[in-house]
Amino acid sequence: MKLQNILELPECRVLVKGNPDREISRVFCCDLLSIAMGKAPADGVWVTVMGNKNTLAVASLTDTACIVMAEGVSLDEGTLEKAAEEGIAVLSTELPVFDIALEIYEAGRP
Amino acid sequence: MSDELIFTYQIDGDDFTRAGEASSSVKNKLKMLGVGSDAIRKVAIAMYEGEINMVIHANGGTITVSVSDTDITMVLADQGPGIPDIDKAMEEGYSTARDEVRSLGFGAGMGLPNMKRFTDEMKIDTVIGQGTTITMKVNL
Repeated sequence: MKLQNILELPECRVLVKGNPDREISRVFCCDLLSIAMGKAPADGVWVTVMGNKNTLAVASLTDTACIVMAEGVSLDEGTLEKAAEEGIAVLSTELPVFDIALEIYEAGRP
Repeated sequence: MSDELIFTYQIDGDDFTRAGEASSSVKNKLKMLGVGSDAIRKVAIAMYEGEINMVIHANGGTITVSVSDTDITMVLADQGPGIPDIDKAMEEGYSTARDEVRSLGFGAGMGLPNMKRFTDEMKIDTVIGQGTTITMKVNL
């Protein structure tokens, strides 16, 4: 699955586009940054409700391809700009974590 | 990479918004040096956890990263309160972080365990009331 498939999901608002051609590895859900730090997969899509600057730092250090903010959570402007600089896509959705993770998973099925 | 390269960072205490900048910088430098992505990920994760710990518990400190042909060594030195019970601190889930820190998504008690898990060697030297120095090595 490419990032483009996720950018096209109707429930998601694209805040930062990233690189649409990037190949996605897995979907990962977690709100505790300490755990995400150790477990978030490289090139993954990370679904979370934890929206602060450190979310981006963790995404960047783990080589996450795309952050999906669930439950209508967003990131501040400065953090979004930084995400754009680092080539990390950021999406926001009103859906709960499980629902959007499932949609992303299904969008990636052959 | 025949000579050893050394990078030094000052970590600000209590500035969560900047925590991670040093680890990011090291990550980018290692990438430019052509270090393998597995080793970079290990260094980045271990160093970020250490950086966060310094901000949460020790009012900042200094991180020195040296890169040789065979390994990357990180030395994190602070003048914080020290770690009274290292065995307890190494337990997953054990944390003494403040509620304010937890609300940011940290304080899950995974910092030191993650640092150990992602490095090949880790040594903790701590003196109560004087500070802690953690040395971590990732083999190349």
